[in-house]
Amino acid sequence: MATMRLTALLGQRRNGPGRPLHWTDIAAYVYLALGVVLMFGPVLWLVLSSFKTQSALLEFPPSFLPFAQVEVTVPGQPQKLPLFRATLPDGSVRELAQVRRIGLIAQMVDPADPSQQFRVAIDKREPVRRVALATENYSEPLQRFAFLRFLSNSVFVTVIATLITLLINSMAAYALAVYNFRGKQAATLAVIGTLMIPMTIILVPVYLVVTEFGLANSLWAVILPGAATPTGVFLLRQYMLTLPKDLIEAARMDKASEWQIYWRIVMPLTLPALAVLAIFSIMWRWNEFLWPLAVLTKTEVYTLQIGLNAFQGELQTQWHYLLAMTVVTLIPIALVFVFLQRFITTGIGSTGMK
Amino acid sequence: MAELKLTGASKSFGNIDVLHGIDLAVKDGEFVVFVGPSGCGKSTLLRVIAGLENVTSGEVHIDGERVTHLPASDRGLAMVFQSYALYPHMSVRRNMAFALENMGLKPKDIEARVDRAAAMLRLTDYLDRKPKALSGGQRQRVAIGRAIVRDPKIFLFDEPLSNLDAELRVATRKELAALHAELGGTMIYVTHDQVEAMTLADRIVVLKAGRIEQIGTPLELYNHPQNAFVAGFIGSPRMNFLPAAVIADDGTLRLTVGDREIALPRAASGLKAGAAVTLGIRPEHIDVTPDAGMIAATVDLVEQLGGETFIYASAPGLPQITLRQHGQSRFNRGDAIAIRFAPDHLHIFDATGAALARP
Amino acid sequence: MSDISPVARPERGTDTGALARLGQVAVLPVGAALRLLDPPMQWLQRVIGARRMAYVFLLPNFVFFGLFVFLPIGINVVFSVTGGTALFPSQRPYVGGEQFAYLFDCGSYLDPSTCREDHFWRGVANTAKFVVFQVTAMVLFSLITALVLNMKIRGRGFFRAVYFFPVLLSPVVVALIWKWILQRDGLLNAAITTLGGQKILFFVDPSWAMFWAVFVSVWAHMGFYTLILLAGLQAIPADLYEAAEMDATPRWRVLIRITLPLLWPNMIVVIVLALIKGAQTFDEVFVLTGGGPGTATLMVVQYIYETAFSSQVQNFGLAAAASVVLGVVLFVLTLLQFAAARRKEV
Repeated sequence: MATMRLTALLGQRRNGPGRPLHWTDIAAYVYLALGVVLMFGPVLWLVLSSFKTQSALLEFPPSFLPFAQVEVTVPGQPQKLPLFRATLPDGSVRELAQVRRIGLIAQMVDPADPSQQFRVAIDKREPVRRVALATENYSEPLQRFAFLRFLSNSVFVTVIATLITLLINSMAAYALAVYNFRGKQAATLAVIGTLMIPMTIILVPVYLVVTEFGLANSLWAVILPGAATPTGVFLLRQYMLTLPKDLIEAARMDKASEWQIYWRIVMPLTLPALAVLAIFSIMWRWNEFLWPLAVLTKTEVYTLQIGLNAFQGELQTQWHYLLAMTVVTLIPIALVFVFLQRFITTGIGSTGMK
Repeated sequence: MAELKLTGASKSFGNIDVLHGIDLAVKDGEFVVFVGPSGCGKSTLLRVIAGLENVTSGEVHIDGERVTHLPASDRGLAMVFQSYALYPHMSVRRNMAFALENMGLKPKDIEARVDRAAAMLRLTDYLDRKPKALSGGQRQRVAIGRAIVRDPKIFLFDEPLSNLDAELRVATRKELAALHAELGGTMIYVTHDQVEAMTLADRIVVLKAGRIEQIGTPLELYNHPQNAFVAGFIGSPRMNFLPAAVIADDGTLRLTVGDREIALPRAASGLKAGAAVTLGIRPEHIDVTPDAGMIAATVDLVEQLGGETFIYASAPGLPQITLRQHGQSRFNRGDAIAIRFAPDHLHIFDATGAALARP
Repeated sequence: MSDISPVARPERGTDTGALARLGQVAVLPVGAALRLLDPPMQWLQRVIGARRMAYVFLLPNFVFFGLFVFLPIGINVVFSVTGGTALFPSQRPYVGGEQFAYLFDCGSYLDPSTCREDHFWRGVANTAKFVVFQVTAMVLFSLITALVLNMKIRGRGFFRAVYFFPVLLSPVVVALIWKWILQRDGLLNAAITTLGGQKILFFVDPSWAMFWAVFVSVWAHMGFYTLILLAGLQAIPADLYEAAEMDATPRWRVLIRITLPLLWPNMIVVIVLALIKGAQTFDEVFVLTGGGPGTATLMVVQYIYETAFSSQVQNFGLAAAASVVLGVVLFVLTLLQFAAARRKEV
C-alpha cells in the first residue's frame, strides 16, 4: 500500500506503477524547492541579521547565525571577561579569558585558575562564540527613535481607514446591487472610471485638496483619500448580487427601513466578502508608501513605512536598528498571512481579472 | 478491432472499493453495454479499460496483449466523453484531426479520414465551426467523429446520450446502432438507461456495487434473469415482485401469495415448507381472466396511453401490482378483477434473490 | 456591466472559526453605532422614498470619489496649464501649453541628455526599459510557476502560499531586505567571494542597479500574477486533458496546443495589468536605489514626486504636466485591458 501511494503521488495519470518518474515531475519539485529558498530565504536572512550586534554585522563574510562572544565570570575580576580560544607558544590550545589588551598583546587568565596569567599575541586567539540574540536592536529604536510612534501611527491609519472603507464601500455596493435607480449606469461607469485613475497621476491635486482642508501633515491626510476604493465596491457588489432578493423583500414586508435592511440583513450576510476586503484594506494601508511620503513631512506623523525609509537616509546607516525595525514592520502582515492566506489567495485568483 | 479481457480487475480509491474482481471478455466487433444504477462502478470500469485509471489489482488484456500498466495514450482506444470534451478553441476539423496529428499521419491522409468521418456523421457543413457554434446534437457527433477517425481498437462511450433531450436521444440511438453496423468495431458503452442497453447491445453487463450481476444478450437478461436485481433493472415498466411462502415443493410447487394459494407444476427445487420466496412477473405477462384466476385484485388506477393501458391494482397482503395491457382496456377504478400469471413467465427468487431454475 | 469579469466571490461558509468569532465581536460596537443612525435614516426615507435611498447609500463613497479622484483630475489639468510656485490655483498665472512645451523640448527624444527637462525623459527611458524587462520576466516566471503549481503535486497549497508571500510585504520591507543582501559586504558578495570572485558594487553600476530593480520587482509581485494564471489554468476542464490523453498527445504538445491557447486570454489580461503597474513603478525602486546611481534607475513617478515635493523648488505645474502625460499613457493601457478582459469571454 505504501508503495502504491508513493507511486500515485509521484506518478501522474500517465504513469502506472512500475513506470519511472517523468523528468517533468522531478524538474517541478526542484523548481518548487528553489522557489521556497528564494522566497523565504531573503526574509530569513533579514530576521537572522536583525539579531546580530552592530559589530557582528560588519564582519565579512557574514556568519549565518547571530553570534556573540561568550563571557565568563572569573573570580577576582569585577566584570565578566570575554572568552577566547588561545594558541599558546608551546602549541597547546586553551580557552582563556582576556583581562585586558595592551597593543598587540592580550593578558589572559584561565577562568578556572585565575592566578596564572598568560600573555598571548592577539593574532593567536579566536573568540569563543555562542548563538545570542541582540534584542537591544529591537528595544532601542522603539524607545529612543520614535519607532513606537511610527508604529502607533501606522496602526491608527490602518484601522481607521479600513473601518471607513468597509462602511462606505459597502453602502455604495449595496446601492448598486439592490436598487434600480436613474443614473445607475452612470454611477457604475464612474466607479470603473476611478479604476483608471491611480494615485500616481493625481499626487499634486490631491495634495492641494488635502491642504485646503487643512489636513496636510496629519494622519487624516493619509486615511481619507484612499478610503473609497473601486475594487472594494465591486467586490462587495458582486457578493451581494448572490444574495436572494426574497430576503430583502421579506424584510420590507416586515416594515424594516432601508437602512435597517442594509445593516441588519445584508451586511451580516456579506461578512465573507467584507472579511476579504478588510484583509486587502489592511494590506494596502499598512504597506502604503508613495502618498504618505508625499504628504507627511513632519517626523511625528510618519507611518512605519515612511519612518523606516527615512531612517536609512543617514550617512552611516545603522543597519542593526534598521533591520530590526524592518522585521517589526513585516510582522503584522506575516501574521495575516499565516492565519488568513487561504482567503487572500482564493480572493485574488479572480479579483485580478477585473 | 480487438478483443478485450479483464481478469479479476479491482479498483479502490483510498479505503473505498469501487470494483471487486471483475472478470469480463468482450469479443471482437461486439457492442457491449455496461448498465447499472448510479454508483455501481460502470464509469470507473470504463476508465480502467481506457487507462485513465489504473487497476488496484487484476489484469487488462487487449487483443491478447497485456496493457494493465500501459498509459491511456498507448492503448489505441478512443473515448467519447459524457461532456464531449471538445477543444473549444479548435474548429471541428481541427478537433478531429488532433489525434491523427499526434499519430504522425500525413496531412493528406488526415484530411481524407476527417472528411470521410464527417460525411458519415453529416458534419461536412460544420467542419470549420467552433464547438460553441454547434448544437448539442452536433457536438455529440463531433465527439463521435473524433473517435472514428482514430480507427481505434475499441470504442468507449461514457453515457454519451445523457446530455441530449428525449427526442434527440432516440434519434441518436438509432444512428449509433447504424454506425456500429457500418463500422463493425468493438464498442463498449456505459449508460444508466436500460432502454439504451436493450436496444443497442449485443451483450449487456449489469453491474451493481462494483460487481457483475449478470452478462447476457438483451433477451437472455429479459427472459432469464439470474437474480432479482437484474430482473427488476431490465424491462420497463419494472417487474412485479410479490412475496410468497412455500407450502409444499414436491412435483407441484404450492405457494401462499397474499391471501390465495396457487399451484405451479414445477420440478422440485429443494425448497422447504415455510420458506420465503419472491415471485417475479412482468406487467406484460399478467392477464385479466374472466374466471377466478390466481389472485383477486381491485383496480386502483388506470392509465390509458392509447396503444397500451397500464392498470395498477391491489390485492390483500401484496404490494401494488402493475399490469400492462395491449390496446384500450375498459376497466375503471374500483373494479374487481381476477388476474392470472402466465406460468412460463413466472420467475421465482429465493431469499437471497437468486433465481430458481426453471423446469 | 458585462465587461467586468466576476470579481472575487468568496464562498459562504468559508469563514474559519476564529475569523467568524472575531467578526462577531467586532460587529457589536459597529452595530451599536449603526443603530444610532436608524431614526435619522428612517426620517429621511419617509421624506424621499425608499427608492431614492439608493442615492443616500451612494453618497459617502461618491463624495470621496469626487473630492479625491474626479476633482483632482480637473485640477491636474489646471495645474498643468498654469505656472508659478503657488499651490492654490487662484494664485497661479495661466501659461497655456508652455509647460508641456518645456517638457517636450528635446533635441532628440531618444537621447534624454538633449532635453531641457532631461530628468523627465530619463525617467521615461528608464521606465520603458524597466517595463520591458520586468513584464517579460514577470509573465514568464508567473507562467512557469502556475504551470508547475497546476500539476498534481502534494502540498500545492503550501507552495502557492510560498510564492505569494512576498506580495504581502510592503515595498519598503522588500527593498530593504534586498538592499541588505546586495550590500558591498552582504550575503551575495559573500557567496561570490567564497566562490572565488570579486565583490561587486551593485548600486554603483547603472546596469546592475537596473537589473536588481527589475529582479526585486519581479520577486515581490510574481506571486500575484501566478495566482491569476493558476486560476485560469484550473478553469480548463479536466476532461479536455483526458481527451488529449486518449488522443495519445505527448506532454509538450498538450502544453502548446491545448493549455497555452486556452490560457491565452488570461495571459493578455496579466500582461496588460503588469504593464499598467510597471509604468507606475516607484516604491521598491526608490527605496532600493533612490533612483541611482545618478539617474540610472529614476522612474517617471519618481520624477513627478521629486518635482512636486522633494526638490528645492516645488514645481507643481511641471509635475502636473508630467502626470497628465503619464495619465494618458495609462488610460490607453487601461482601455487595452478592458478590451482584453472582454475577449476573455470565449
